[in-house]
Amino acid sequence: MIGLAFAYLRAHPLTTALNILLLGIAVTMLVLLLQFGRQVGDRLEQDAAGIDLVVGAKGSPLQLILSSVFHVDQPTGNIPLSSQQLLKRDPAVERVIPLALGDNFRGYRIVGTDEGLLGLYGGSIEMGSLFDAPLEAVLGASVAAEMKATLGQKFLGSHGLSGDAENGGSDHDHAAFETVGILAPTGTVLDRLILTSVESVWDVHGIAHDHGSQEHADDDGHAHEGDAHDSADGHAHDDEHADDHGEEEIAAVGLPGTNPLQARSAGPQRELTALLVQYRNASAAIRVPAMINRQTEMQAAVPAIETARLLSLFGASLDGARLFAWLLAATGGLAIFVALLNVARAREGDLALLRVMGAGKMRIFGTILLEGVLTAAAGALLGIAAAHLLIGLAANAFATIGDLGIEPFAFDPLEGVIFFAVLGIGAVAAVIPAARIFSIDLARTLARAT
Amino acid sequence: MVLEIRGLAHDYFSGTALSQIDLSLGKGQHSLLLGPSGSGKTTLINLICGLLTPQCGTIRICGEDMGAARGSEADDIRRRHVGIVFQTLRLVSALSLFDNLLLAQRLQRGGKDPATARALVAALGIEHRIKARPAELSQGEAQRAAIARALVGEPALLVADEPTSALDGENMRRVADLLLENAERTGTTLLIATHDERLKDVMPNVVELTPPGAQRRVA
Ligand SMILES: Nc1ncnc2c1ncn2[C@@H]1O[C@H](COP(=O)(O)OP(=O)(O)OP(=O)(O)O)[C@@H](O)[C@H]1O
Ligand SMILES: [Mg+2]
Repeated sequence: MIGLAFAYLRAHPLTTALNILLLGIAVTMLVLLLQFGRQVGDRLEQDAAGIDLVVGAKGSPLQLILSSVFHVDQPTGNIPLSSQQLLKRDPAVERVIPLALGDNFRGYRIVGTDEGLLGLYGGSIEMGSLFDAPLEAVLGASVAAEMKATLGQKFLGSHGLSGDAENGGSDHDHAAFETVGILAPTGTVLDRLILTSVESVWDVHGIAHDHGSQEHADDDGHAHEGDAHDSADGHAHDDEHADDHGEEEIAAVGLPGTNPLQARSAGPQRELTALLVQYRNASAAIRVPAMINRQTEMQAAVPAIETARLLSLFGASLDGARLFAWLLAATGGLAIFVALLNVARAREGDLALLRVMGAGKMRIFGTILLEGVLTAAAGALLGIAAAHLLIGLAANAFATIGDLGIEPFAFDPLEGVIFFAVLGIGAVAAVIPAARIFSIDLARTLARAT
Repeated sequence: MVLEIRGLAHDYFSGTALSQIDLSLGKGQHSLLLGPSGSGKTTLINLICGLLTPQCGTIRICGEDMGAARGSEADDIRRRHVGIVFQTLRLVSALSLFDNLLLAQRLQRGGKDPATARALVAALGIEHRIKARPAELSQGEAQRAAIARALVGEPALLVADEPTSALDGENMRRVADLLLENAERTGTTLLIATHDERLKDVMPNVVELTPPGAQRRVA
């Protein structure tokens, strides 16, 4: 009878195709929501694992977390180098990892840091060695794969944190990085970073860290006075929005800024963008953030809190979209219902004939039910395939989605649940039209039918 | 006895359609059910097939009591013993002619036998139309296809309601011959309702129905 169900579906190809499409769109939405919700959640959790606190310039705590943990937003500003020592001295702090951001290579962020970052994400050197001398760089696995990088290869960082020409500043052509190592894949944000020493980042920006000279300050046009305004609100580079360098400068490292510990200072500093902190014991969780927020001009943000906030914001909109998608799926079911009901009368003669030919009522009932289920199955499969294809395309087309590290062809068991739920919708939609078989008066129908 | 009817009568709300029918058909005893329009031919056929329940009298098919059968019992007796050709409704609309035959075989015999089906459509002269949808067939082709559909299951009794009404003289003869020929081969007994007197030439037995109610049997 499955052949008969197919035959009936083929008899109205347009209606069938539209019903499949409608359900397909709904399922595509559901799977996309599922995949993004889960993968983004997993990813955020993974990338934030092991980081108890992030210390950075004042501003939005979410922005601080996004920029220094997930590497997706602009940093909030710079903090003084001395803050690293301040935290390291604290007995409750296990580990402090410095971050100096500001440049990118083809959209991959160049992160000035130390080997602590590797330890944090369980990264290991696959080829070569860790950066040591100035301007030596170690590439994350995805970066290396994308660049088809080999050891010893040189590259120039561009100013700013994204690769697009519109936003990206000039190349730092006076300082080329050399690839000295490539990392093994970790499945974390580490794969998409280029690691170097903090000193290298200063070098690229012409900040003389060796002898503390400030004479390079104006070399690359980042001349500013660290004025009272800066000190007051902790935004080191407010003034720069006005000039031709645009937003990326917020991120620039080594720019003149405020030293929060010494209320005022002028000229370029050896600065950091943020510090990733790991506690030694639980008591630190109460004391350290309070100390940072009260006694310094910096802010301390807890990744777990910000991630939860992000996910709940995200989750609420996901829930809304999910509701809409299920409504769409229900509409698909309704369309199947209407289509089957429409043909039911025209088909009464056929059904009566089938009965006369020896098909039992249940068998015919099953056949019509099968039509609904087959339509739903086709829609569901189409939707699942389309969703994964879309994720794949989106990951290729939009850097942010690629940056989130979404895996296009990872199937979620919940997709199976969606599949069977949609089959259920198809079956339910077909029940009433199919049930007509139980009330057909064969003699009358056969006499009337033409 | 393939078919045994005793004291059968049937009334609609509008009036009496059949009264006091007695009819016995042994194996191979093909009969013509002859009567003008409104004489109750279709009503009698529906009763024999179990599509209507008799108000009075008995109907036995191959010894099984169709008159007393209810619901799926009637379906079952019909499926096992009776092939039917209707006046108007001939084939399942969504399936091709040939798929209709295969489906009928499956339902009645539990398996497909494409060779038999093919031989049948060839004998009926619609071999070239086996891929066609019912809607694409001419009236005559559709009627022959309906005969093929009813015969592929090789039933003990084949009842046909106006099987030749859409056919011209030559095709009518051909169909009648085919019905008889096939009936001989498969041991099927024919009961053919018609108002077409020309069929008298080919069918040995004639049961005449006369409206309203009156009925006469001619040996
Ligand atoms: N479902 C019905 N309800 C009421 N009356 C009916 C019904 N079916 C048939 N009749 C009546 O019963 C009588 C016999 O009808 P039937 O269809 O059996 O005649 P028939 O011999 O098959 O005619 P035809 O050659 O035109 O097909 C007619 O008077 C008809 O009007
Ligand atoms: Mg009739």
